[in-house]
Amino acid sequence: MPFIPHTDAEVRDMLDAIGVVSIEDLFDEIPRNLRTRSLDGIPAGMSEQEIGRLMHQRAEQDGRPLCFIGAGAYEHHIPAAVWEITTRGEFYSAYTPYQAEASQGTLQLIYEFQTMMTRLTAMEVSNASLYDGASGLAEATLMAVRANRKSKSGRVLMPVSVHPHYRKTTDTIVRNQAISLVELPYDQQGGHVTPESLAQYEGEDITALVIAQPNFFGVLEEVDALTDWAHRNGILVIAVVNPTSLALLKPPGEWGETGADIVCGEGQPLGVPLSSGGPYFGFMCCKKEYVRQMPGRIVGRTLDRDGREGYTLTLQAREQHIRRSKATSNICTNQGLLVTAATIHMSLLGAEGLEHVAASCHANTRRLVELLTANDFVKPRFNRPYFHECALEFSIPLKGVIRPFSAHNLLPGYELEQEYPELKNHLLVCATETKTEADLQLYADHLNRMLEKQTKADCPVQPKMA
Amino acid sequence: MLIFEQSRTGRRATAQAPKAAPEAADIPAHLRRSERPGLPEVSEMQAVRHFTRLSQKNFSIDTHFYPLGSCTMKYNPRGCNTLAMLPGLLARHPLSPETVGQGFLACMYDLQEILKEVTGMKAVSLSPAAGAQGEFAGVAMIRAYHDARGDSARNEILVPDAAHGTNPATATMCGYKVKEIPTDKNGDVDLAALKQAVGPQTAGLMLTNPSTLGVFERSIEAIAKAVHEAGGLLYYDGANLNAILGKVRPGDMGFDVIHMNLHKTFSTPHGGGGPGAGPVGVSERLRPYLPVPMVGRDGNDYVWLTEKDCPDTMGRLSAFMGNAGVLLRAYIYARMLGREGMQRVAEYATLNANYLMKRLQEKGFDLAFPNRRATHEFIVTLKKQDKTLNASAMDFAKRLLDYGYHAPTTYFPLLVPECLLIEPTETEAKEELDGFVDAMAKILEEATSNVDILKEAPHTLPVRRLDDVRAARELDLAWSGTVS
Repeated sequence: MPFIPHTDAEVRDMLDAIGVVSIEDLFDEIPRNLRTRSLDGIPAGMSEQEIGRLMHQRAEQDGRPLCFIGAGAYEHHIPAAVWEITTRGEFYSAYTPYQAEASQGTLQLIYEFQTMMTRLTAMEVSNASLYDGASGLAEATLMAVRANRKSKSGRVLMPVSVHPHYRKTTDTIVRNQAISLVELPYDQQGGHVTPESLAQYEGEDITALVIAQPNFFGVLEEVDALTDWAHRNGILVIAVVNPTSLALLKPPGEWGETGADIVCGEGQPLGVPLSSGGPYFGFMCCKKEYVRQMPGRIVGRTLDRDGREGYTLTLQAREQHIRRSKATSNICTNQGLLVTAATIHMSLLGAEGLEHVAASCHANTRRLVELLTANDFVKPRFNRPYFHECALEFSIPLKGVIRPFSAHNLLPGYELEQEYPELKNHLLVCATETKTEADLQLYADHLNRMLEKQTKADCPVQPKMA
Repeated sequence: MLIFEQSRTGRRATAQAPKAAPEAADIPAHLRRSERPGLPEVSEMQAVRHFTRLSQKNFSIDTHFYPLGSCTMKYNPRGCNTLAMLPGLLARHPLSPETVGQGFLACMYDLQEILKEVTGMKAVSLSPAAGAQGEFAGVAMIRAYHDARGDSARNEILVPDAAHGTNPATATMCGYKVKEIPTDKNGDVDLAALKQAVGPQTAGLMLTNPSTLGVFERSIEAIAKAVHEAGGLLYYDGANLNAILGKVRPGDMGFDVIHMNLHKTFSTPHGGGGPGAGPVGVSERLRPYLPVPMVGRDGNDYVWLTEKDCPDTMGRLSAFMGNAGVLLRAYIYARMLGREGMQRVAEYATLNANYLMKRLQEKGFDLAFPNRRATHEFIVTLKKQDKTLNASAMDFAKRLLDYGYHAPTTYFPLLVPECLLIEPTETEAKEELDGFVDAMAKILEEATSNVDILKEAPHTLPVRRLDDVRAARELDLAWSGTVS
C-alpha cells in the first residue's frame, strides 16, 4: 500500500481497540445509498519507476526551446543552493507557522524576506506573500479602496498598458464589490500613460491609480509625474513592479514627492522557475499607515518570556480565521515555499549581483533589438526608454514567422495581437541574462532567412547593417 | 542572528551572477535608482549554512508527527517532488505555444479527469491557486449562475457556524451577506434552523462534509433538498475530502460546486504556508462559468480553453494557469495511488483517527462528540482540565512541542471550548499514534501534579512562549539596521 504503513496485525489490533469488526464499520454514519460503487475511470496505481518513466517521456516531449518570451514570466539563472535548501523537508513539509515556537525557521526567514522587500521597494512594510502578481494587483485594488477613506467612488484608474492578465484577474476578483476599473489608454508613440490622458479626471473622486513600471510593453512610465498628479488629487498610487528592475530603477517608495502607497508585483524573477506559470508568488508592500488594511500573513519580531528575540505571525485580527466575514481578504494559505526560495536567492545575489542580472538582461535585450531591426521590415513600436523587454512591429505578417521559428526550436516572443487587436504583427521580445551573443545571433539569422524567403517575391531584402 | 547581521560590504557569491554589464545609459537618470538596496552581502556558504540552520528550527512532516486538524499533514512523497521538477517541466514558459506543451498539458488533462471521477462532478478547472481562491471561484460561479437567470434578488449565503473562516470571508468578497446556521448537540447542522433560514434570498449554502467538528453530516440529503427547493445551490468545501476520498462523492451527495485542497488530500507540500492548489469541480449547470484557463482536447491534441472558448466564464484568477507545479505533484501522487489507493486513503485516515480517539478517551480525555464516529479527525475538549487544573488547550499544545509532537489545531472550531482538533492522517504508523497517546497522558499527569510545567512550556525549543501582544503593539516587521 503506497505510503500506508499498517501491517495486517496492527489493523486487527486497532479495530479491536476501537471495538469494530472491519474498517467498513467506521463508515456506518454515511447513508448507504450515497456510497461510491466504483472508480473505474481512474487508472490502476503505478510504482515510482513507472510514473517516473511516463513523466520523463512527457517532459522530454516538450523539448527545451530557446525562449525569448517574457510577458510577465522571466527565465533567470537560479543558484543550485536555492532549491536544494528550499526543498529540505523542514521547509518543504511544514505548514503555516501557527505554533511559533516550533516554526522559528520559517518565521525568521519571512521576517528577512519582508526586510528585503521593503529595501528593494523602499517601502516601510511588506507582507509574507500573495498567490501571484495578478491576484496581488487585485488584492492591492481592494486594499486601496479600504485605505482611501476620503474617496467614496471605488473608481480605480487602470492603464491598458498594465499586463492584460492582471487586468482580467483584477476584474474577476473585484467585480462584485462596487468597484469600477476605468481604462487609461497608452500613448501611440511612447506606449506610456501621458498627463493628457489623466487631465479629464482632475478634481474627480478617484480612489486609486495603478502604475506599472515597466509596463507590459517594457516601456518606462514617468512615475514621478504620475505619482504627484495622483496625490494632488487625493488618489492613492498602486505600483506594479518587476523586482529585477528594482536593482536599476527608482524604487516606488521614492516616486514623486511622497512615494507610492501600495506596491505589488510578481516575485517569480527572484529564484522561481518558469514551470508553466506557477507556483510563483505575489509580493506586497505599503506605507506603514496602511498596514492594518493589508491582506495576507505578516510576521513580526517580539520577545519570549525569557526576553529572547523571536518571531511570530502578527496583526492576525485582519485575517479570515479571526474576523471571518469582516476580514481584509479570504486569503489563508499563501506561497511560503516560493518566499523561501526568493529569500535564499536574494541572499546569494545581494544588491550588486541583482544589479548585474538586471543590467545584463537589459543589455541583452537592447542587443537583440539592434540585431532584429537591422532590416527594413522590423522596428521598435514605441520610442520611449524600456527595461529588458521591447515591442517590435513587423511590416510582414507574423503568422509566417512564428511557426518556422518553432520548427527551429526557438520561441521568438509574445504576439501582442492576442490581447491588443490594434497591435497586429507586433512581437514582445525579451532576452534575459541567460542568453548568449550566439543565441541572439541565432535568432537574428533565422529571422533574416525568413524575411528573405517571405519577401523575395516582391523585393529583395536589403538589410541595413548596424 | 539575521542574515543581514552576517553581511560584510563587498562580500559576494560571485559565481551566481553575471559579470558587470554595460551601464544602462539609455535609461534616464530620473527613472533610475540612486542607491543600492540594503540586501545581505554574504558568501555562498554563509547563505547555505544560515538557511540550513533556520530550517532546523522548524517542525515538519519529514521530522515530526504533525496532527494539525483540518490541514491533512500527511507524507509528501519525495518522488512527486523529483518528477515535478524535471528540467523540461521547470523550463517551460507559461505562454509557450501548445505545440511545445503537449506533455505538460496531457498531465493537466488527465488530472482534470481523475478529479472529476473521484468527486463525481461533471467538469473541473485547475486554475485556483489555493483553497480560498477555489472557494472564491465557487461562490462567484453561484453568483454568475443566478445573475444569468435574472435571479438577482438572491443576496445571502448560508454558512454553518462550524465553518472555516474562509467561507464567510469568501461570501463577503463575492458581494453576499452571510447568515450563520447553528449546529445541533450531536454535531450535525440544525436542520430545523436551516429550513427556516432558506428562502428566495438564498443564493447558496457552503458546507464542509465531514464538518470541521470531525463528524459526517448525516442529514446531507435533507440539507441538499431544502437548499435546492428554495432555489439555492450547494457548495462543498473540500477541506476534509481526505476523510471520504473514494468512499462517497460530493457529486453524489448533491453538491453543485466543490473545491479541493490538493495540498491536503493529494499530498502536495504545505511549504511553510503554501503554495496550495484549489481546483474547482461543478455540476452540469455551472459548467459554463468555470474559471479559465482549462485544458481541452481537439482530436489528439491538448489545447488551452480560454475566454474565447468559454465566453461565460467567471474569469481568470491568476496571470497564467495557477500553481502548475503543485498540480503536477498532485497528478503524480494520484497516478501512484490509482483507484485502489485512493479508497485506502480515506479508510486508513479514518482507522487512525478512530483508534487515536478511543485511546485518548481511555486515558481520561473528553471528546466533543463521544457518541459519534471520528472521520479523519476528531475533537478533544479540555474544558474540564482548564476549569479544575488551570490547564488550557494552549498549555497542552505548547507542552506537546516539548515531547516532539506538533500541536493539533487549537481553539478551532470556535464552537467547542478549549478544543484540540486532531488529524493523524493515514501515513502515520500505529507506534507513532501510541507515542502521542503516551505524551498526552503524561501531560495530563503533569497538569495534575505541577501545572506550571505546562504553563511555562515549551522548555526545549529555540524560543519559549512569545509575547504576541508586544508583537502587535510594538510593530517590528522589518529589520531597521544597516548592512555593514
